[in-house]
Amino acid sequence: MASDNPTDIKDELSELVPFDPTKKKKKKKPVAQDPVEEVEKLVEPTENLSVEDAGESVFAGMKKKKKKQVELDIDDDEDGDGEENNDGKVVEDEQGEGIVFGVERFPWEGTDRDYKYEELLGRVFNTLRENNPLLAGDRRRTVMRPPQVLREGTKKTVFANFMDSCKTMHRQPEHVMNFLLAEMGTTGSLDGQQRLVVKGRFAPKNFEGILKRYINEYVICNGCKSADTILSKENRLFFLRCEQCGSSRSVAPIKAGFVARVGRRKAGA
Amino acid sequence: MSDFDTQIPTTFDPFAEASGDNAGAGSKEYVHIRVQQRNGRKSLTTVQGLKKEYSKTKILKDLKKEFCCNGTVVEDPELGQVIQLQGDQRKNVSTFLVQAAIVKKDQIKIHGF
Repeated sequence: MASDNPTDIKDELSELVPFDPTKKKKKKKPVAQDPVEEVEKLVEPTENLSVEDAGESVFAGMKKKKKKQVELDIDDDEDGDGEENNDGKVVEDEQGEGIVFGVERFPWEGTDRDYKYEELLGRVFNTLRENNPLLAGDRRRTVMRPPQVLREGTKKTVFANFMDSCKTMHRQPEHVMNFLLAEMGTTGSLDGQQRLVVKGRFAPKNFEGILKRYINEYVICNGCKSADTILSKENRLFFLRCEQCGSSRSVAPIKAGFVARVGRRKAGA
Repeated sequence: MSDFDTQIPTTFDPFAEASGDNAGAGSKEYVHIRVQQRNGRKSLTTVQGLKKEYSKTKILKDLKKEFCCNGTVVEDPELGQVIQLQGDQRKNVSTFLVQAAIVKKDQIKIHGF
């Protein structure tokens, strides 16, 4: 289960990377108009690009761009100059990235107009990404499908896509089941088709609320809020380790707590 | 930029917390408020983990009067005295306990759907 995730990310990478160079070219052409500054521009194409991106686009596009930007940085590091040469312009790369950083260019350079908010924002994100890419907040959202809940008879409820939910969260079904049952204060079990059958009547909304709580407590990393975590048991304690940032924390064991006696009492007990 | 202003450290020091004031009060001792389904559309609310110093019967009396429901105090071998109330009174109970300053708001854990 856990091994699914890295491959996912890799897929995404490979989707994104070939897409980037074309984009770079497109963006670069309109910019490269005045010959004086062209050299500087070429030296740090990524920097340039993203600043313009931020300037052109409104907020709606930001998230997507952020993601791409990181990708860009990566492949610049790996085979940095290959792509620039593809553009047909040769750059001297004796200047390392470090120096380049100072030569950063902005759309407002040369004019004496005011800075736009978007431009400054882009600049902040640029520097942030440059120095510590972890903080720049490029994360994929994992989307959970809403629980499908059926009624079995009048007294039992079936959570049909229970396995599916467990898989998207990368958690053992037993653990999730324990939590759900403890929270709802009922009993239940997995049936033949791996659906969760719970005693009592519950609406899909109820399941959703509890799953949300489960995710907050047992899935999401406190440090970086990513859901890419692993729950492991080390001498009786559960630990949650984040795959993204490497942090780990202990989580509370699931306790059912007090369960009041519902239903008929037997004469003996 | 305006975001940055809010992150300037104030008198609250996030690192001092561990040895701070609420450690002695037992910050881990939550009061759990649960709901359980009964037959039909009836339900039952249980309040577990109130401190020993409080008289559960007196709290129960006020709860019953406030929410117009019946209830009892159940003796549990492990968890001590647990208050049971008729009906889904989770929100009522938590607001009551906070208002009466019996428990702090962050010590209450509401379970159930």
